[in-house]
Amino acid sequence: MQLFPCPFCGPRDETEFHYGGDAGNVRPDGAEVPIDRWAGYLYLRGNPKGTAREIWVHMSCGEFFVMERDTVTHKVLSSSALGGEHAP
Amino acid sequence: MTASRLASGGSAIDRSRPIRFSFDGATVQGFAGDTIASALLANDVAVVGRSFKYHRPRGIWGAGVEEPNALVDVSGNRATPNTRATTEPAREGLVAKSVNATPNALADRNAFLDRFARFIPAAFYYKTFMWPDWHIFEPRIRAMAGLGKVDAGWTASGPADQINHHCDVLVVGAGPAGLAAARLAAGASLSVTLVDDQQTPGGSLGHRAGEIDGRPASVWVEETIAALAAGGHLVLPWTTAFGIYDHSLIGLNQRHFDGRPDTLWRVRPRRIVLATGAIERPLPFASNDLPGILSADAALSYLRRHAVLAGRRIVVATNNDSAYEVAEAVAEAGAEVTLVDIRRDGMPATSSKVRLIKGRTPAAARGKLRVEGVTLDDGARLDADCVLVSGGWTPTIHLFCQARGKLAWSEARAAFVPGDAVDGIAVAGAAAGAVSLSDVFAGAEQAVASLSETKAAALRSTGPEATDGIEAAWPRPGSKGRIWIDYQNDVTVKDVELAARENFVSVEHLKRYTTLGMATDQGKTSNLPGLALMAGITGRTVPEVGTTTYRPPFTPVPLSSFAGARAGALMAPVRRLPLERAHRQSGAVFQEYGGWLRPAHYGGAGADADRAIADEARRARQSVALFDGSTLGKIEVIGPKAAEFVDFLYYNTMSTLKPGRCRYGFMLSENGVVFDDGVLVRLDEHRFVVSCSSSHVAAVHARLEEWRQDRFGRGAVYIHNATSEMATLTVSGPNARKLLETLDLDLSLDEADLPHMAIGHGSYAGDEVRIARVSFTGDRSYEISIRADRAEPLWAHLRGAGKAFDAVVIGLEALMILRAEKGFIVIGKDTDGTTLPHDLGSEGPRAKRQTEFVGRRSLYTEEASRGDRLQLVGLAVPQGEAPLPTGAHGIKRSDGRLRSQGFVTSSYESPTLGRPVALGLIERGASRHGETIEIQHLGKLRSATIAAPCAFDPAGDRLHA
Ligand SMILES: [Zn+2]
Repeated sequence: MQLFPCPFCGPRDETEFHYGGDAGNVRPDGAEVPIDRWAGYLYLRGNPKGTAREIWVHMSCGEFFVMERDTVTHKVLSSSALGGEHAP
Repeated sequence: MTASRLASGGSAIDRSRPIRFSFDGATVQGFAGDTIASALLANDVAVVGRSFKYHRPRGIWGAGVEEPNALVDVSGNRATPNTRATTEPAREGLVAKSVNATPNALADRNAFLDRFARFIPAAFYYKTFMWPDWHIFEPRIRAMAGLGKVDAGWTASGPADQINHHCDVLVVGAGPAGLAAARLAAGASLSVTLVDDQQTPGGSLGHRAGEIDGRPASVWVEETIAALAAGGHLVLPWTTAFGIYDHSLIGLNQRHFDGRPDTLWRVRPRRIVLATGAIERPLPFASNDLPGILSADAALSYLRRHAVLAGRRIVVATNNDSAYEVAEAVAEAGAEVTLVDIRRDGMPATSSKVRLIKGRTPAAARGKLRVEGVTLDDGARLDADCVLVSGGWTPTIHLFCQARGKLAWSEARAAFVPGDAVDGIAVAGAAAGAVSLSDVFAGAEQAVASLSETKAAALRSTGPEATDGIEAAWPRPGSKGRIWIDYQNDVTVKDVELAARENFVSVEHLKRYTTLGMATDQGKTSNLPGLALMAGITGRTVPEVGTTTYRPPFTPVPLSSFAGARAGALMAPVRRLPLERAHRQSGAVFQEYGGWLRPAHYGGAGADADRAIADEARRARQSVALFDGSTLGKIEVIGPKAAEFVDFLYYNTMSTLKPGRCRYGFMLSENGVVFDDGVLVRLDEHRFVVSCSSSHVAAVHARLEEWRQDRFGRGAVYIHNATSEMATLTVSGPNARKLLETLDLDLSLDEADLPHMAIGHGSYAGDEVRIARVSFTGDRSYEISIRADRAEPLWAHLRGAGKAFDAVVIGLEALMILRAEKGFIVIGKDTDGTTLPHDLGSEGPRAKRQTEFVGRRSLYTEEASRGDRLQLVGLAVPQGEAPLPTGAHGIKRSDGRLRSQGFVTSSYESPTLGRPVALGLIERGASRHGETIEIQHLGKLRSATIAAPCAFDPAGDRLHA
């Protein structure tokens, strides 16, 4: 059972969190977005071995945030609020 | 074997408290402090179980968690199948039954299987998959699978406690290393938790010689425990650390024997000291599995703790120094002892009481139901009623490996020992390969020194020290006879050789092919000998073969510990309506719908539910119906960008909605699929209320929050889920307005003031009410929302006033019929994970919208534009027929084959129309109204005619009636 640091609430049990996807997966707007670009936004994920930047949501407080963690060791490297405020 | 209880001694037993229990139907006498195994041994019960595959007779091997043979099903106040007799305390009235034996261990009727052993080789089970036909073997294999039997009638006295715990240092194992580490850590002002799986602490100090700081080991153990208790540290006996998980979480299972279920501890220590000891290995010789052949260290433990002498004529066979103390001790206790050491020189001295044969190896044991002697490799025959063996020691490094620790091979120890240090974890004592008490204490000091600057006083071993001489004695390929490696799963040297011949040489393949180490003991005595043999067969070193992965749990943990209170009604708690009590008084029959406990109908328990539901649905159309719609989502969206926000979230343009008005719309996922539907209310310029489906409230809320935080910003929009703050009472039907007019709600119900799809604000008994004219029934409807805690008087008032109009209270089932008559959909029932909004007939926004919204791009893909998409339709059946089964498929024939062209999603008998109504998703359905298609369900074909989804009042006149 991992401990994730919510930027707002501090370290909490992983069961209180939901995974929100890769950080930096920017949504392309418009009905004319090339279909490959849209498919990449919808479905293509990096699945990196090692450091990953991910969006998580702490369901207890409802806040989404960016967490960097190592997908091999499960070590949490950093977490910060979406806007950058409330760094832990 | 003639084992017996000595007249005196036994540090663990209380001779003033005799107890009786039963084993395989026979009464066994013992003392408080006995384990089932020690009591059986004291009563000279040789055969205590049968092996898994060949049903070989098996006796007690060990004295702890490593036990592969002595498994029993225990019933009484603590029913446990497949528990180790060596770790289960004997208790008055306990009933133990040997496993895998019928009628009992001694006279097992499947014992004949051993004579067919050559026809049941390794991987026999897998091979039946390949040839000739698995189904020939399946019934027999299934019947023989498993060991003990679960007592299905037994239930725990209550939920297991689960405790979260924090400390500076968690020490696992209360042997010399663990006690020393705990003592030193406590002396360095760290908070300590010390756990041990035995009842009494001390570990090997309970039966091995030792003197610490000039005091006998037993005195030092007591002093140390007393000092820990006095210092406020936590000492948990009967507690097994079964697993290390991410971020240094350790799971402990604490056993109780007073009827309580076990306790699960979730510990997050800052540092961990593993002082988990080592497990003695068997020696490889033919028939080394006979009852009466025990671990030498276990025999010493039974002698010292339980005053049980394992035999009268004892052969001690060893490859290392540790068995010498055992040989001397059993000789001292009166046994005639021959010590066979495979080594020629470098051994400890022996006394005159022990006959020493050096440089010889046991080749085979003799005997049938118990050992009768040993034949050595030079042909010499030794008679014996008990053989004690020591094949060396395997450090217990399970937890270290679970924490991703890497092992290092020690030639000197003939074992794997912990390699590079793992952050936050220290290993001490025999688990780290230490043998002498001086080395053990040095390791404990090192473990604690790494945790704290402060130093506590060092410990000194002042007595005789154990020595570490060993010469590896691994099973060798080509050996004669049947040499057991894994006792419990019946894996022999020949099985490992067969695996190698068939090229299953990787250690993970070896395990799965032969089942080596896959039994309930997880190979605690067998894994290392097995992979050392594979190394020998394939010309590799032991570290080149490597170990299999160590996984939790170290020993079996009851599922009740993991479940804790999450059982029965607390497994998945339902959400409850504020008016539940009132509904129960009205005869409501409750069911769970999307996590909510809601009235299905009001026919009362034992009523004909179908008739009650039909009656409610019919009467609802006649005058007026009351319905509790409190579960409907009420999520407020507030802020300067609220209008822009709802435009983005909805498929439909919502910003054009006027304050005080409502609009129906869809929310899509980014892949275009319809995620939820419902009515959006605009309260004022910057304030909306999202009415989402009852079971989608949490998901819709999360989705709104995600877009708010990710796209719009915290200052632009604020979201508040008010679903449970307010109850929503629905009044629907031709007389709905007349009923409401009898209440003083302090607002105008005129068509001009409160038309369909508008809201009004009023009050009831001083509380604000919000009335929305939206309809899920197709009839004129008013949804009245009021503070949840004030809803009951309003509900009672509506019920009372409704009598004059023959009002009917309807449950969710009747509502489902009413909405299906109207062709109104339920997301997830009438849609699936591929349904796009235009499949439901909502084409406008897709064709016209110019602004961005969730899922937009996905509506213009090749897939979204296919001509043969499944579209929402109504389905009518011929006069007099029963409703179509939900889930039945529309069928078309092509090339003589039947192919699905969609399916029925909702289907009911409509009491108002006097015929069935159904909704379905059918290929090109929207353009095929009037066409009759075949419907297939469970092999039966029927016909149905495609129609518009709405079967009742298609013009919608009743909304305004
Ligand atoms: Zn939080």
